[in-house]
Amino acid sequence: MNALALKKGASKKSAYDLKNPLGDEVETHTLSVIVDNESGVLARVIGLFSGRGYNIDSLTVAETDHEGHLSRVTIVTTGTPAVIEQIKAQLDRMVPIHSVSDLTVDGPSVERELAMIKVSGKGDKRVEAMRLADIFRANVVDTTLTSFVFEITGTPEKIDAFVELMRPLGLTDLARTGVAALPRGL
Amino acid sequence: MTRQMTGAQIVVQALKDQGVDTVFGYPGGAVLPIYDEIFQQNEIRHIIVRHEQAATHAAEGYARSTGKPGVVLVTSGPGATNAVTGMTDALLDSIPMIVLTGQVPTFMIGNDAFQEADTIGITRPCTKHNWLVKDTNILAETIHQAFHVATTGRPGPVLVDIPKDVQFAMGDYTTKLKSKTSHYQPRIKGDIDSITKAVEMLEKAKRPIIYSGGGVINSGVGASQLLRELADATGAPITSTLMGLGAYPASGKNWLGMLGMHGTYEANMAMHDCDFMLCVGARFDDRITGRTDAFSPNSYKVHIDIDPSSINKIIHVDTPIIGDIGHVLEDMLKVWKSRGRKTNAAGIAKWQAKISEWKAVDCLKYQSSDTIIKPQYALQRLEVLTKGRDRYITTEVGQHQMWAAQYLTFEDPHRFMTSGGLGTMGYGTPASMGVQIAHPESLVVNVAGEASWLMNMQEMGTATQYNLQTKQFILNNERLGMVRQWQELLHGSRYSHSWSESLPDFVKLAEAFGAKGIRCSDPADLDDAIMEMLDHDGPVIFDCLVEKHENCYPMIPSGAAHNEMIMGDASTEGAITGKGGALV
Ligand SMILES: Cc1ncc(C[n+]2csc(CCOP(=O)(O)OP(=O)(O)O)c2C)c(N)n1
Ligand SMILES: [Mg+2]
Repeated sequence: MNALALKKGASKKSAYDLKNPLGDEVETHTLSVIVDNESGVLARVIGLFSGRGYNIDSLTVAETDHEGHLSRVTIVTTGTPAVIEQIKAQLDRMVPIHSVSDLTVDGPSVERELAMIKVSGKGDKRVEAMRLADIFRANVVDTTLTSFVFEITGTPEKIDAFVELMRPLGLTDLARTGVAALPRGL
Repeated sequence: MTRQMTGAQIVVQALKDQGVDTVFGYPGGAVLPIYDEIFQQNEIRHIIVRHEQAATHAAEGYARSTGKPGVVLVTSGPGATNAVTGMTDALLDSIPMIVLTGQVPTFMIGNDAFQEADTIGITRPCTKHNWLVKDTNILAETIHQAFHVATTGRPGPVLVDIPKDVQFAMGDYTTKLKSKTSHYQPRIKGDIDSITKAVEMLEKAKRPIIYSGGGVINSGVGASQLLRELADATGAPITSTLMGLGAYPASGKNWLGMLGMHGTYEANMAMHDCDFMLCVGARFDDRITGRTDAFSPNSYKVHIDIDPSSINKIIHVDTPIIGDIGHVLEDMLKVWKSRGRKTNAAGIAKWQAKISEWKAVDCLKYQSSDTIIKPQYALQRLEVLTKGRDRYITTEVGQHQMWAAQYLTFEDPHRFMTSGGLGTMGYGTPASMGVQIAHPESLVVNVAGEASWLMNMQEMGTATQYNLQTKQFILNNERLGMVRQWQELLHGSRYSHSWSESLPDFVKLAEAFGAKGIRCSDPADLDDAIMEMLDHDGPVIFDCLVEKHENCYPMIPSGAAHNEMIMGDASTEGAITGKGGALV
């Protein structure tokens, strides 16, 4: 990770150019963080975000290397480029953090999220929900005569789209895992 | 072969292994096994303070005056919570400190047991890292790791929380050498391309400035030497933050004085007008920058720091160099010499002429008086009467702190201990005791305000118990002077609760503690009174009654730029306007 891959030269002009050398635009980044799997490590990461006023859009964590006691935390966050750089630098200096990579800038990556969606209804609405679930390749993991629980994986955008379609058809409950992500290729 | 010991023995052995000679602490139920081990040995000296906050500040004073980490031992619950302020202080000022806390037994954690507090949870944001040790077998290794983290990279406070059953249980002792190496290994060497780029810009600079900070002092005495060499060889004027005073000598020919909110006119003007800024181990704190969008608008900025998160946090820089100051400066000098020691001599000569004009403004002049002791005068006399002595200064927080930075001079690093980042009133008294313990033969003076001094005055007991010679030099204006100054500037002189009412008689107070008390209110008596303080063999409280409504100048009002300073004789009406009023 290079926390300092910043455009240069902004400070050579007027003082007012100093204000936002990297622009005001808020961006969304997916960070992949390898941490020691020890108690309290998630509290540290979350405490950093809340203490310094950074956003967490989604956060997932699970052990990925049992022998090495390592977990992967995947964080989706939003902020101006300067804030994103700060977040990465602040994470990287924490003692239990081994590495921080920014999947959004490091090259192509794949992102997936899993959601479970409960839809209650009868008649046409029930049929339509089933038909749409088919199109989205969502699986039925539980059913009664008046409800389904669908399981769907995909990008967060795909899940958003499916959820919006289910709302008028009787969506009653929703659980999402948040994003897991990896860089593509070797 | 591993050695079996109790957890409490492991704690003491690990401290010895780490070369610890002094621990500042206060006992209680949850650390009794460790205190029992301390009782049965003589290698480590335990200093019993009167309040756990004082233990942390004493450890900070010890650490900052020696370059070694400070060690604190306190009990669970209230012992740990009392230590929070000192840990936060050490975090903001990058002071290496190891705090060992007792905890209720592992099987009682979570039950709201007597004197249970979630110490790890409470101290997570005010430590560099902390550990709860639930297994005696990993206790030694955890303590060694704690020392490594506290002293490596950007130094800071760490905490090891040790439940009482872990202290009693038997476990394996792992030596420092046998402990597994940590993956926490911050970068030490700077990137050579960036260093070369910085040198190129320095060679061309017409108006260079070096802006140095506490990082230089943390990097060790060698870093200060290299900084001096760089400034003197290139002719670059140099200023410093409060935390960095002494890294470059105040008597040095390129010295501009401190910069920032109460910095000198010449330092701030030079920061604003420079065309090349070399920031060495400082962090563009808001006390330094003033309004950030008007901060040094025309300069090429190089920032050397061991902590990558300090880079571009507040001010965008052109060339960041991540690494240890000593290593980077060494490489920088090498590169600069190998390229032929070039400077823009003509440009720098003009620049120095400009700086001389700014110096001629004499921004630290003040209205003197024959009848009342001006606080600035008191410090000037202290300076003259202690000049050349083996002297350490600590301060409390307020106007007196800024005056100390302005009117006392520092020739060497590790000589000035003050609470910079957190601005903790009550820091100076215990810090002065930590310094005195580390340097028993030296003169240690705590420049205090009467209000700050009261915040940890119980430590006079520690001073008399250990016959610590510290001189408590109180500039008593009977006001929360700095608060009063802001109320004058910002709140229409409505002095809401900024009086020090019902002050104790400091002379009697000194006597009550078994120390010496001296009071002085007449400028004519001041020299003799200071000499009496210096000559006394033992702790002294010096109650110096000073002008009550003196303001500390120069000042960059909050929300203003470096070239918009207000000076001592200028009108201050409307100095802080608009958004500046919301800043602290
Ligand atoms: C623990 C703490 N509480 C409050 C403050 C806010 N504060 C900053 S300076 C100051 C007044 C200090 O008065 P004194 O010690 O007498 O110093 P003076 O400014 O008069 O020299 C106060 C209350 C602080 N810095 N620390
Ligand atoms: Mg006062």
